[in-house]
Amino acid sequence: MARTWRPSAGVTSPTEEPSGDIRSRRRADRARRLRAGLPGLALVAPALFFYAMFVLRPLFATVQYSFYDWDGIGPSTWVGLDNYVRLLTDPELIGPIVNAFQLILYFSIIPVIFGVIAAAIIRKLGASKLALASRTVLFLPQVIPLVAAGIMWTWIMASDGVLNQFLSLIGLESLTRAWLGDFDTALPAVGVIGAWVNVGLCMLLMLAGMTKIDPALYEAARLDGAGAIREFVSVTLPAVRQELGVAIIITVISALRSFDIIFISTQGGPGNSTLVPGLEIYYLAFFSREIGQASALAVALTALVLIVVLPLNRLTRTESMS
Amino acid sequence: MRTSTREVLLGRAILIFVMLITLIPFVTLFVTALHAPGTYPNGLSLPEEFHWDNFVIAFQSANMAKMLTSSVLIELGVVPISLLIATLAGFALGHLEVPFRRTLFVVFVLGLTLPFEGIIVPLYYQVRDYGFLNTQWAIILPLIGLFMPFAVMWMRAHFVNMPQDLTEAAKVDGASTWQLFWRVHVPLSRPAIASLAILLFLWTWNQFLLAIVLVDDPTKRTMAGALGAFQGQWGTDIPLLCAGSLLILTPVLIVFLVFQRQFVAALLQGAVKG
Repeated sequence: MARTWRPSAGVTSPTEEPSGDIRSRRRADRARRLRAGLPGLALVAPALFFYAMFVLRPLFATVQYSFYDWDGIGPSTWVGLDNYVRLLTDPELIGPIVNAFQLILYFSIIPVIFGVIAAAIIRKLGASKLALASRTVLFLPQVIPLVAAGIMWTWIMASDGVLNQFLSLIGLESLTRAWLGDFDTALPAVGVIGAWVNVGLCMLLMLAGMTKIDPALYEAARLDGAGAIREFVSVTLPAVRQELGVAIIITVISALRSFDIIFISTQGGPGNSTLVPGLEIYYLAFFSREIGQASALAVALTALVLIVVLPLNRLTRTESMS
Repeated sequence: MRTSTREVLLGRAILIFVMLITLIPFVTLFVTALHAPGTYPNGLSLPEEFHWDNFVIAFQSANMAKMLTSSVLIELGVVPISLLIATLAGFALGHLEVPFRRTLFVVFVLGLTLPFEGIIVPLYYQVRDYGFLNTQWAIILPLIGLFMPFAVMWMRAHFVNMPQDLTEAAKVDGASTWQLFWRVHVPLSRPAIASLAILLFLWTWNQFLLAIVLVDDPTKRTMAGALGAFQGQWGTDIPLLCAGSLLILTPVLIVFLVFQRQFVAALLQGAVKG
């Protein structure tokens, strides 16, 4: 700003740039850029409107509600951080969060591991008819509503269901039970449904990543005397890093925010053994009418997803830039 | 490449095994749907008589025609509007000089991982205050907003890769921004828009949480929401429940099988981009 102010009267004609003055030129520049940007802003406006109205506004409201005690009808009282304190101390509220983390094993870790290994083996089949058919079949669980997956599996794992029928057939009758109604097996049983939904997606993601690998790399690895496992670790895995990261992110999110499957198959029971944060928010807000507490849990869930996903996201992005 | 027969055989076996596991629930659902209504079939067993009329009974008693109409209405409300405004925003953010471009983009991206459960409570009160509770609008309007982070990011990623020369050329020819958008960029973006349409269709059809919280009447919900009510109503009549579930599954399955190639590509790309 310490520049000398040089009057430039007489230099500008009405048709040229309005002024030689730097400050006002800058201002004019900015104004022009803003004016030039206005059509662009107008194009963004409708999307921003819906997003602000139905996502950002309720998001802020959730944070706001979480500091109050409110039954949804009467007056609300400010309680500060009480709802969050209860979130961290009340076992009834910690339980669902712990359950969600346990579900990561079934919704994410198992399908990803299985997907990577299966894809590595299937890659060798090339474009056979079987491999093509599998693209269709394995996608079915991704396409149908999760609710439908819940209904199918509830019936399969019922006491008279296919699973018990199969176990009796191979002489494991002692293992049969109502899988979703048993305190010990309900959570893993729900997890199996999630694994069923996610495994196909993981496998196809991995396959998509692996088909991009230059076959010459494998030739080189084999020439160097690498075995199948060595080849997998030093050629395949690094090449599919991005797809692997994506598969982990998607499936971890699906575990933490699980709702549909559990709502249909167990409603969180027996006891609270399959209760997850999403379901607990629903119960707290619309049944026990603890809006503040439900909102605190909602904030915690939103934050939790971000905390878990952000570091994973960085992992995939650095590689994808190259 | 040296690939041993043993490896190929192992690959085949694994693939067939995974496909079987994937298909068994569908087969179970189908076989069970053919049992006599009101019975409690034992596992996977063929009925003595095939009760095809279960599908008719389920269709009529669940008021399925109304459910379908409602789902289609919701799709018609959500998908075209979302596509239009996301394409506009993606075009601006990816291809034009927009003030606060980075900030705007980051604001949208922030919504990508947001679980719907995170905002469902205030959304209920908001929709109630607008008087939309228990109507299709209660699902349509919030869903458009909730799709924006992904949809805008998807379209922006597409427009970022469009050559700038194209725009320069059109500008030289005297095209306005609006003409540039409609005449030049939209026609060139059909594949990206089509993929997005498929994804949004699917996510709308399968939307469950918004449906059960914001709409009480199953005949005004999405199909997935209706299916939830369906289970509550008929949880005890397994064959009819299975027949009804199959009916509700059929439309998505048909759309999937018809647009299979685009579907798989869109879902995989959507996964990578999201």
